[in-house]
Amino acid sequence: MSLNRRNFLASTTALAGAAMLPRAVMAADTIKLGSILDTSGIFDAYGKPMDMAARLAVTEINAAGGLLGKQVEVVAYDTQSDMALYSQYGQQLTRQDKVDVVHGGILSASREAIRQTMRKSKTPYFYNVLYEGGVCDRNIFINGVTPAQQVEALVPYAMGKSGKKVYILAADYNYGQITARWIQKFVADNGGETVGVDFFPLDVADFGSTIAKIQTVGPDLVIAPLVGGAHLSFFRQWAAAGMKDRIPLASTTLGVGNEHKVLTPEEGNGIMVAYNYSQELDTPANNAFKEKWAAAYGDSNLIHEIAVSNYQGVMTWAEAVRKAGSMDRDALIAAMESGLSIDGPAGKITVDPKTHHAVLDVHIMEMENQGMKVIETLPQRQPIDTQAVCDLSTNPDDNTQYEIEI
Amino acid sequence: MDLTVVILVEMLYAVASLILISAGLAVVFGMMKVINLAHGEFMMMGGYATITAVNLGLNIFVAMLIIAPIFVGLIGLLVERLVIRHLYGRLVDTMLATWGLSLLFIGLATMIFGNTTTGISTPIPGFAIGNYQINGYNFFIIVVAILLLIGVLTLLKATRAGLIARGAMQRSDMAAALGYSPDRIYMATFFCGSALSGLAGAVLAPLVGLVPTSGGAYIAKAFITVIAGGPSLIAGLFSSAGFFGIINQVFTFAVSPVIGEVALLVAAVILLRLLPQGITGKFFKGKL
Repeated sequence: MSLNRRNFLASTTALAGAAMLPRAVMAADTIKLGSILDTSGIFDAYGKPMDMAARLAVTEINAAGGLLGKQVEVVAYDTQSDMALYSQYGQQLTRQDKVDVVHGGILSASREAIRQTMRKSKTPYFYNVLYEGGVCDRNIFINGVTPAQQVEALVPYAMGKSGKKVYILAADYNYGQITARWIQKFVADNGGETVGVDFFPLDVADFGSTIAKIQTVGPDLVIAPLVGGAHLSFFRQWAAAGMKDRIPLASTTLGVGNEHKVLTPEEGNGIMVAYNYSQELDTPANNAFKEKWAAAYGDSNLIHEIAVSNYQGVMTWAEAVRKAGSMDRDALIAAMESGLSIDGPAGKITVDPKTHHAVLDVHIMEMENQGMKVIETLPQRQPIDTQAVCDLSTNPDDNTQYEIEI
Repeated sequence: MDLTVVILVEMLYAVASLILISAGLAVVFGMMKVINLAHGEFMMMGGYATITAVNLGLNIFVAMLIIAPIFVGLIGLLVERLVIRHLYGRLVDTMLATWGLSLLFIGLATMIFGNTTTGISTPIPGFAIGNYQINGYNFFIIVVAILLLIGVLTLLKATRAGLIARGAMQRSDMAAALGYSPDRIYMATFFCGSALSGLAGAVLAPLVGLVPTSGGAYIAKAFITVIAGGPSLIAGLFSSAGFFGIINQVFTFAVSPVIGEVALLVAAVILLRLLPQGITGKFFKGKL
């Protein structure tokens, strides 16, 4: 046989095809879970513990015999806190690795970078982070708290401990803007009055004039959905000015990345927050979770809100696979929409079939000695913000992130 | 009345922090004409040096005022010997080299301290002015800035070393002809500039949450202040920091912090359009 180009191409293609065969057979022996997170770069304080949590969950699932008789294999990519890498690795996960499910994304920007890729390739996508709410897409399941869930719980409690006049300091991007609107709404609903709202770009680190301005207005309570390292300065400068014992503080973000462990007790004590999880949550489920984490990683200091969300996301997915009895996407979605719920470290998590968001427990907490002391647990809060705009049971083809009008 | 005092203090504080942020750069860029894009990272390292020293049990004032400037000064010395020394007079090359250095320092700090926020609390309690509570640390910053200006002024004007340094910056060939080594003078001056940056980073550290990328927040303001200040070191620093600090605070109090920052930048653009040589290119000419 003479070797011309056509023959060469034909035979090598056949060879390549043959070479891929055993791999394809092997691939069917495991279930592939794609994980896409910033485990290095400026968001690694969020991403690393999330990655650890996902692996912990998968180890646990495999130890219990895997899913549908198969082991779960993690295919993880580090997006290095670079939004451009999300689209690239998102494509790689769906086209090359052909994973069965994708968990991950941290910032809203990263979620939006891969959401459509997942939708087009019909790969179920789990976004397990607290965020601004409003995403309506049948292919995605969201496991974090939304502003209304948090704010609905936090505002009445904080106002009850302080008074009716509220001043809001928020980060100047969509999360902060939307959360500030929800705070205003719930302040009004609870018979209070918002006496001032200020927005800060993420790199503002000097709050001296703001602190003076707040005192001119004289509110009873300051609520601060501030984000990131520079904004942490506010809590520090507030305490340094001696304001902490005069006007109480509440926040919807402080502590998500374990920021409260950076503030000294004098700076942090008494700040009111509301989340799905706290390390100080004294339940058998959480204690067992912390022990498992410590056994795997040495100590449990790194656990934070969104790490637990990620763990619960993987566990919810596993439960749905067991219930569906197959890896088919539509069967999985049907199982998820059947009112599925699991018991995670942070309490019971139920999937809301209408919005694919989570119905979960919100704990009102106060910072105490670099921990978050649980004051009150509000069980099974609905994601009322997203529910107001999204109904996937009547409109399953919806594919928008709504800006919720209040 | 109380509010007036509070606003006045906040203005003084804004001016003082601009002076602090820019002093090191004024020496390195204003005097030596080295565009040090790693200036912010020098400040960041000053902050980390302070936090590390405090965590090791040192007194916070010793850490801020002695340890951090010396530590960052020594790093500056190393940088000058290894990199900058070969690039004097080549503006664009120094820019590129120092930008690379800034990335290196961010990377090193991330490796050592991790990419998380750290910090220490302020050592001075807040106190009351009438009905207002105010950050007592503001006064410390104001005092440090004043002492720093007086110190640099005295050093340059009243000591022989200052005279030699100024001479070498103006005509290094003449200084060399008179028997002084410009190489060593440059080295010492760069050390002082770096130490001033380290001091600024250290003194501002208790007010902020420090991350390895913190330097980026300072660099623009520092360059704007130094360039708008013009050729005179002290007079330029003082006048432009005063101008920008007051504009920033007036708009911050009148409108919002964001508008305050915008006003500062707009003022800088207008100022440089009207006075391309900086404030001291037109006023206080020939002053130090």
